[in-house]
Amino acid sequence: MTAMISLRNIWVEYGDKIVLERVNLDIAERSFVSIVGPSGAGKSTLLRLLLGQEAPSRGQILLDGVPLKPECGPDRGVVFQRYSVFPHLDARHNVLFGLECAAAPLTGRLFGAARRAALEEADAMLAAVGLGDNGHVFPAQMSGGMQQRLAIAQALVKRPRILLLDEPFGALDPGIRGDMHRLITRLWREQALTIAMVTHDIEEAFALATRVLTLDKRRHDPHAPHRFGATAVYDLVLDRRVKAEIEAIRSITIDENDNN
Amino acid sequence: MRLVNIRPTRRTTALLGAAPLILLVLAYLVASASRHAFNPADKILPTPGAMIAAMRALVIEPDVMTGERLFWSDTFASLERLGLGLAISTLWALIAGLILGLIPLMRATFGALVTTVAVIPPIALLPILFIVFGLGESAKVALIVIGILPLMIRDIAAYVESLPPEQMIKAQTLGASSWQLALRVALPQVMPRLIHAVRLSLGPAWVFLISAEAIASDVGLGYRIFLVRRYLSMEIILPYVAWIALLAIAMDWVLRQISQRGFAWAHGAR
Repeated sequence: MTAMISLRNIWVEYGDKIVLERVNLDIAERSFVSIVGPSGAGKSTLLRLLLGQEAPSRGQILLDGVPLKPECGPDRGVVFQRYSVFPHLDARHNVLFGLECAAAPLTGRLFGAARRAALEEADAMLAAVGLGDNGHVFPAQMSGGMQQRLAIAQALVKRPRILLLDEPFGALDPGIRGDMHRLITRLWREQALTIAMVTHDIEEAFALATRVLTLDKRRHDPHAPHRFGATAVYDLVLDRRVKAEIEAIRSITIDENDNN
Repeated sequence: MRLVNIRPTRRTTALLGAAPLILLVLAYLVASASRHAFNPADKILPTPGAMIAAMRALVIEPDVMTGERLFWSDTFASLERLGLGLAISTLWALIAGLILGLIPLMRATFGALVTTVAVIPPIALLPILFIVFGLGESAKVALIVIGILPLMIRDIAAYVESLPPEQMIKAQTLGASSWQLALRVALPQVMPRLIHAVRLSLGPAWVFLISAEAIASDVGLGYRIFLVRRYLSMEIILPYVAWIALLAIAMDWVLRQISQRGFAWAHGAR
């Protein structure tokens, strides 16, 4: 498969503090990349680069061969750990938001037939993440898991080239987290997504991803620890056999049929 | 049980809340009666009868000079000034607050100006307003606006700035432009806060209204209070103050209802 996103010799520096150094990375279409590493190793920085929220100090990021603008756009969807949904809109309108922004630049709202068509699309997406019956519920009335489902639906309705997840399940109960793992795996397969996920949970990283990327510092200067940045120290591609073994070790089966 | 854990029921809350007010009224009645027993011509603590008689002349009987019922023309004049001042302030606080809160360039340009204006005591500007706008209605409305607008702008701008950055990023990944961010993300979320800011500004707005009316006016609640002060007419001042308090409470209640009905999501509706 060809590389959809390429990072070429990326450096990120804040003043004299180097966060990332010499990051070279190709992310293939339809892959699921987990990014793990100790705190402060630049996991979230890397995700912000991919998102376009920040520009690298040096180096180049290419999306489909074109340099990425340092601004967020609808070709890259995102789900954060919290605050990714709009509290003033119910579930349906949260999902509708992305469709309305593209179609109505001035009013930000759709009317008549166009609105009905967009609402149908939004409802279908809500159903796909298991919120089919919760269209009129506001985020404040939802559990953490439901809010994350909504955030995923909201991002996917724009059909982004890549979906970026920043510790999306970190704040959820273990049981709910399992449900969310099944959901994201199913969506990834069904909708042919490309996903990059930052996580603290190594088990989660291996269970979900086709590729696990570990960020850490290769070099360490005890007198000036901030002068060396992190880079990808392990880059493991997981094939089906390895994944099956990991599954066996975890002895948790992913139920493909009854995954809400 | 610890004191901090004792919670009154709805009924008890109402009773407890009314008790100090009732006690206050009773204390006044007792004090008034005792002063009148000593000196029937006392003007400092008038009896309820004297208040009713004095107010009847203002509420029901037309004034000899103008033919108007003074209490009502005072009320309407004051409410008009207050309403205009609040409406202008609210509109501009919303527009300026959104612009300052959302656009870093605008914040860099005008943030210091708003902060500077906000620290100037508005009453100190009143002479300038009278010189610029004359002694008419505009100077009084302008005092209210200058008095409450800078703080309202700062409050709204700070609130817009404090919206989670994740939300702004998310909206941008959903294709929102700067305009759409303002219109669809910031504006609806700021509305309950705006109503809250208006409620908090009601107190200062009344202060500036009464001040302006006291200094230069020929009609208005504040004007009347300061006019009859010359004759020690407590039987008019006290009902007027009570009426002002009642109007302020009613306005606050209406604003709270609007916020709760219109923006249920912001009040933790379950």
